[in-house]
Amino acid sequence: MSNYNQEMIEKYRGNFLKEVQDNVEEGDWVKMCMQCGVCSGSCPLGPHWEHPPQEIFMMIRAGKRDEVLQSSSMWMCTSCYNCIARCPRGLPITHIMHGLATYSKRLGLAPKNQPTAKFAQLFWDNLTRTGRVNELKLGLSLYFMNGFSEGIKTALKMKDIGLGMLKTKRMTPMEILGGHGCKDKKGFHAMLKKAQEIEEARIGKSGS
Amino acid sequence: MAKKSYSFYPGCSSQKAASSSNYQVSVDTMCKELDIELNEIPDWNCCSASIGYAGGGELPRLALSARNMALSEEAHPDQDIVATCAACWLATKETQERLNDNADLLAETNTALAEAGLKLKNEKKVRHMVEVLIEDIGYEELGKHVKKPLEGLKIAGYVGCQTNRPFGIAGESFENPKYLDKMIETVGAEACDNYEKKVSCCGGALAFSEPEKSQALIKEIIESAYDNGADMIVTPCPVCQMNTEVYQEQINAKYGTKFKMPVVYYSTLLSVAYGKSAKEAALDGQVIRAKQLEEIAGK
Ligand code: SF4
Ligand code: SF4
Ligand code: SF4
Repeated sequence: MSNYNQEMIEKYRGNFLKEVQDNVEEGDWVKMCMQCGVCSGSCPLGPHWEHPPQEIFMMIRAGKRDEVLQSSSMWMCTSCYNCIARCPRGLPITHIMHGLATYSKRLGLAPKNQPTAKFAQLFWDNLTRTGRVNELKLGLSLYFMNGFSEGIKTALKMKDIGLGMLKTKRMTPMEILGGHGCKDKKGFHAMLKKAQEIEEARIGKSGS
Repeated sequence: MAKKSYSFYPGCSSQKAASSSNYQVSVDTMCKELDIELNEIPDWNCCSASIGYAGGGELPRLALSARNMALSEEAHPDQDIVATCAACWLATKETQERLNDNADLLAETNTALAEAGLKLKNEKKVRHMVEVLIEDIGYEELGKHVKKPLEGLKIAGYVGCQTNRPFGIAGESFENPKYLDKMIETVGAEACDNYEKKVSCCGGALAFSEPEKSQALIKEIIESAYDNGADMIVTPCPVCQMNTEVYQEQINAKYGTKFKMPVVYYSTLLSVAYGKSAKEAALDGQVIRAKQLEEIAGK
């Protein structure tokens, strides 16, 4: 991971905008931003963002690589699409935020213990195992993602919600035994593996 | 009206004993009444919603939705794809758009799909259930089936984010879409015209990972419904429904509020107005019970 980071630093030699354009999903769009600030005023968790989207776009141009990639900001995106609906330049801001988050994670620069980063990984692992989300296991691993004693605390805090869901049959303890999934798991996994390989080869190319 | 058939993508949360299984029950009831046939896409997989990005890269994510679309093309060649989950609809539609815009990505996706013995042409329409109701059935027809008008109820239509942006429903604005209000009126109830939080975000998946921050958003959504005199909230999205319903007690504990606002699906409303039983309308799936609807359904 950090090797990859080193490679990219050497390859782009301070041209962070180019690095983003080449490697971040929809990163090509960043240069179109005219800094009007509409997006920054649109984020529902805006007050918690260290750097709102407009600022991130400015920082990318200014070559502030570490500040951008190590920031927790992108991980606060709720995918509400407010920004996309409003941006006068039509930037796919939501996707750029997701893309920056993914890229920072690949480089090993994403902030440690960022809760959404952890949760998103749990979610992905959960769904790719069988092809469908097992909500019970996802919930349990979520509660326990910060370790066992924290997990017990969170689980207790959430217990009434769990009980409500159980009573209304919107949750089942049986899911722990397997639960929902695709039938063609073999094809499903082979497909994902292939998609990953293609993408890694593509990244390798731009990173070489 | 003749029977209408669709290739149906139910999504994970609608499965038996999952968090929006009640949504599915009421959708089935509503569709039966309206002569809508939903043919489940065989062996569909999760779309990874909006949170998949951190685990999977771009192509693996696209492959997920592509597989569903390819399966649909194979099994139901002439039918539009219909989803009830906003996140499912969005992820699928976004994939379709991205692959249509980029022939290289489509080729790569098909290379991945070939591993599962599939191929995607990518020519189908991807639609949300409310589009089917509004565009293919129409308000007038929706109204004709009403047997028990929901008179005297005041309802806040909470549209939320992903059924509204970036695609939205044709002819509606992003800032003030009217379709839920029209549905509320179609079943004989009164809509809260000035519901300020109609299109604000409930935190989405971040309700799990950032509970305090998200609950602050949810609090406003519910408060505004109370301020507008609502008896209940109605929504088209399983994420919105769950977020605005199940955290109310935690919010009460933290903020000293006294929320107890039922949050139902449009399909639940329609089912009750169509004279179906509480069970058929999935009222037993409410964590906060919708007593007024139970009464009407019990009459
Ligand atoms: S709204 Fe669009 S143009 Fe304006 S600052 Fe944000 S990204 Fe840039
Ligand atoms: S989609 Fe993300 S970046 Fe855009 S306004 Fe919503 S939270 Fe902010
Ligand atoms: S959005 Fe939710 S329900 Fe729909 S497929 Fe994805 S995880 Fe499953």
